[in-house]
Amino acid sequence: MTQTAALQAATLGRRAVVRTARQPANIVFPLIFPMLLFAVNSGGLKAETRLPGFPTDSIVAFAIAVPFIQGALLATVNANVEFARDIQTGFLNRLALTPVRGIVLLLGQLGGLLTIALVQAVFYLAVGLAFGVHLETGVGGALLLLVLEAVIALAFASFGCWAALRTGSTEAVQGLFPVFFVFLFLSSMNIPRNLIETDWFRWVATINPVSYLIEAVRALVIYDWHWEPILIGFAVAIGMSIVGFVLATHALIQRMARS
Amino acid sequence: MLTPRENSIEAHGLVRDFKKGPRAVDGIDLHVDPGEIFGFLGPNGAGKSTTVHMLTTLLPPTAGTATVAGYDVVEEGPQVRKAIGAALQEAALDPYLTGREHLRLQATMHGITGEERKRRSNELLTRVGLTEAADRKIRGYSGGMKRRLDLALALVHRPRILFLDEPTTGLDIQSRTALWQEVGRLAKEDGVTVFLTTQYLEEADVLADRVGIIDHGHIVAQGTPEQLKAEISRSTVEAVPADLEQKGAVAAVLERFGTPTTGFGPESVAVQLAASDGDLAQIVRALDAEKVRISNLQIHEPTLDDVFLAKTGRHLEGAGEEEEQEEEEAAAL
Repeated sequence: MTQTAALQAATLGRRAVVRTARQPANIVFPLIFPMLLFAVNSGGLKAETRLPGFPTDSIVAFAIAVPFIQGALLATVNANVEFARDIQTGFLNRLALTPVRGIVLLLGQLGGLLTIALVQAVFYLAVGLAFGVHLETGVGGALLLLVLEAVIALAFASFGCWAALRTGSTEAVQGLFPVFFVFLFLSSMNIPRNLIETDWFRWVATINPVSYLIEAVRALVIYDWHWEPILIGFAVAIGMSIVGFVLATHALIQRMARS
Repeated sequence: MLTPRENSIEAHGLVRDFKKGPRAVDGIDLHVDPGEIFGFLGPNGAGKSTTVHMLTTLLPPTAGTATVAGYDVVEEGPQVRKAIGAALQEAALDPYLTGREHLRLQATMHGITGEERKRRSNELLTRVGLTEAADRKIRGYSGGMKRRLDLALALVHRPRILFLDEPTTGLDIQSRTALWQEVGRLAKEDGVTVFLTTQYLEEADVLADRVGIIDHGHIVAQGTPEQLKAEISRSTVEAVPADLEQKGAVAAVLERFGTPTTGFGPESVAVQLAASDGDLAQIVRALDAEKVRISNLQIHEPTLDDVFLAKTGRHLEGAGEEEEQEEEEAAAL
């Protein structure tokens, strides 16, 4: 990427961040909602820790993984609703009329979203630490957690970009929110997979990629460098990012349809 | 030094079909000279915006060829985009960014950075009269301010050719006049070629060096406003009876001299004169002979609406709405 292209992507990313920062609802909701659910889950599922084979004594350490995934989802939906609005209002056409390359537009959009997701992740981590979460992997684990969060956000974001570019509809992108949440609730968000007694639910959670993302985040919090779930989580997130990015790039080419 | 071709627009047999709609543009040919203001006049849905989208590389043509600034719009899109500026029909602005932030973003997308970006942004803000509002968010801008910012954004990279798609729609007279002055200045002082679509007759008449009239995707007339009006060469006489009950009698007299026409006030009776040298005195004598009293009698020179009427059988004003209504009625059946 040339210096000009990098600057263009950074400027577009900055715009995505500024636009979000100037809409309080897009900041407050993604910060508060996952923390509320975290509080409810931590309180309601405390007895889980007494189950034989439960991986930790601390329910807050177990439950803190979920806000990271929710936060990435919320950031994705909000940012891509704005992206779809750019298509509807003709703002994307304005950018398409400049010599900027399509890939730079996409990178700028994703970069802005990544920044927002990372700021949220730092907030969740800080709240978690304040409420007694202890990271077994220490400072290094916290840093790796942020890197993982960035890749997870990229994975969801690229699918969100694809939906925005494919449909050009804010409603369609908003419609992704419940779909993403179905994946979240049908995962190992509330209980480790090996402790799920209902066969169909365990099977669904096992084929659900979101389970592996949660388990990777969870591993960084409750285990002392247990690499297997971390690497699987990274692999799933990177795989999703690649598929989503290819789909989004293809949709961008079709959407811009310029010569 | 630029060759004339490098500032011109040419299109031959340009066609655009949409999958689930009628043919929006149906084989248009046009030529716009360097430094010229070309007014592309037509009702809503005539194919004006689709033509602009093709010429600005936003939409590939279904058939035909076009060159802008000497570059083929299909084969040399990036070169075309470097040469042109465009303010499309909707002033697509981000309500959460300020005017200055928009200019900074647009300049960066054109590869203008650092001090040059700052200098150019300030220069354009001054030119369009938005210096004071530069750091306010767009959602607080009026329609006219948005249009002026849109124009500034289109000029960031000093384009040789400027496309303006209905730039004054919805603006008040003051904002419209200010925009006309700026567009005129760009063409005359900076030598920018301007391709301007409009549904306002006055705008095309005042601003354009040459006019192309488009209807149902076809160019029905092309030339200078004077040439087009001279082709029609028939004036219109408008009479307002002193007593509205005599409106029928007035109409009967006027119809001896030409064909009835509309587009005037509800109390008026108007005819387009049959002969180019219609004599107002004869009409006055005929009205007097029928003992009808007239409160106002005027002769109007041909307008671009008369040209449109002559070429399409409809008045330009309301033509788009009529068609939309017909389509809705047909769909309802």
